[in-house]
Amino acid sequence: MPNARDSVEHVFRREYGRIIASLIRACGDFDLAEEALQDAFVQALDRWPESGVPENPAAWLTTAARARAIDRLRRARVGAEKYALLGEQTTPGEGAFAMLNQGSDSSLEDDRLRLIFTCCHPALNLEAQVALTLRTLGGLSMAEIARAFLVPEPTMGQRLVRAKQKIRAAGIPYQTPPEHLLAERLAAVLAVVYLIFNEGYAASAGDDLIRRDLCGEAIRLGRLLAALMPEEPEVLGLLALLLLHDARRGARLSSSGRVVLLEAQDRATWDQAAIEEGSGLVERALLMRRPGPYQVQAAIAALHAQAATPEQTDWPQIAALYSVLASFSPSPIVELNRAAAVAMAYGAEFGLALIDRPEVAGTLEQYRWLHTTRGELLRRLARWQEAAAAYTRALQLSENTAERAFVTQQLATMRTAAGKDS
Amino acid sequence: MRYLLLIYGNEQAAAAKSPEAQAAEMDAWWKYTADLQQSGQHLAGEALQPIATATTVRLANGRPVVVDGPFAETKEQLGGYYLIDAPNLDAAIAWASKMPNLPGGGSVEIRPIMEFDTPAS
Repeated sequence: MPNARDSVEHVFRREYGRIIASLIRACGDFDLAEEALQDAFVQALDRWPESGVPENPAAWLTTAARARAIDRLRRARVGAEKYALLGEQTTPGEGAFAMLNQGSDSSLEDDRLRLIFTCCHPALNLEAQVALTLRTLGGLSMAEIARAFLVPEPTMGQRLVRAKQKIRAAGIPYQTPPEHLLAERLAAVLAVVYLIFNEGYAASAGDDLIRRDLCGEAIRLGRLLAALMPEEPEVLGLLALLLLHDARRGARLSSSGRVVLLEAQDRATWDQAAIEEGSGLVERALLMRRPGPYQVQAAIAALHAQAATPEQTDWPQIAALYSVLASFSPSPIVELNRAAAVAMAYGAEFGLALIDRPEVAGTLEQYRWLHTTRGELLRRLARWQEAAAAYTRALQLSENTAERAFVTQQLATMRTAAGKDS
Repeated sequence: MRYLLLIYGNEQAAAAKSPEAQAAEMDAWWKYTADLQQSGQHLAGEALQPIATATTVRLANGRPVVVDGPFAETKEQLGGYYLIDAPNLDAAIAWASKMPNLPGGGSVEIRPIMEFDTPAS
């Protein structure tokens, strides 16, 4: 017989996002909804060990939370208007269940969509968007979010408080954006999820588990978005990209914590199921004929993931895709990646020519990966002095132990090769 | 909800525009105001005279000190405002996004009004 406390916690964690979304809509207030749900949780811990876990635990918790919200409002002596919003059930009973079961699941899904767009509203700063999304949709505690982003708890607490205050004070509406704003607002939502993933991807083995699990959290959010908006190709593209990156996560760092480049990774450790799922999503998305930056990045990642060995990588295709990506999100970094692909496809000198344009090499002078890439290409062209200079510059710019070890090793390997030449 | 929309622009740049361009922008402002009024969300709005006409008052040693100019030198100057009553922030943003000062590089700051409970009489 499952331990009732474990069941409650399991249900709570799993259903949190869904329940909170509908509660926020009913209460019109993040804090009231959260506190009411906490009350309901305590109530469940109290009752379920005796009465057993109910058949529809989410419905039970929602009803109980709505009742607790009424209690709180009553105590705060707010006007009749708010009572009307919540209905007048005071205990979970037949009537309450009927009311809840009346609405189809689609209204619950609409609520979560509303919640996502509210959390990622452009009037909130990016850190606030990330914190709110993880708190309300991810169900992470404030302490967990603080540890995940290496920020003191009081600071994270403040961020959440201020974000909710801004929503209330400035009248940020709880709704999905109108058609003409959907594309840009969706891009903001996807950017938040991608940021969460990258934060987790950057975590090292020594970091807190919750920090490393941010990748899993981001993928969960990506899946939620894909379920809520299955006809949005960029949403599918982002989920594909996350899955394809995550598939290689195990191979990224050596046992001694050093960075392992793509061409040196043990492909046997790549998660083939994730690669298959990600590749399938890319295809599905591209068939919708509405390409976008996440789809293109995912297509590039898929090409890497599908190559059984580094030598079988389809570099010309990848180089072409980077050109497409540049048309969507032009940036020196995209150009750098394109140059690296061009070098692999057509020769180091062509890649170098693309890098050594002022808009790339000039703009990215402080970016260590520019110098490691230049160093690598110069090394292939046996231009030892220039390669050494580039690697040295990269070392100056890097503080990361794993990266520095890697560059130092490249320098050493190269000096040996240079020695052989003379 | 009531919002104050504060209209900012670079005065020098605006003054440097051709008379035709300035007249065109004035027309755009008249049309904008008319649209806002027709929507029923317009409460008030005025253009302000240029920053050279500003006067700032502070206290120094407990006595008011009067100085020529704005409270601070800024790259963009406050040129006018609208007070509106809109359903939510997105509605206020929609109005702000259509303002004629934006194409020339201006900006609009949206501030929700602090509503105080009126004391029981």
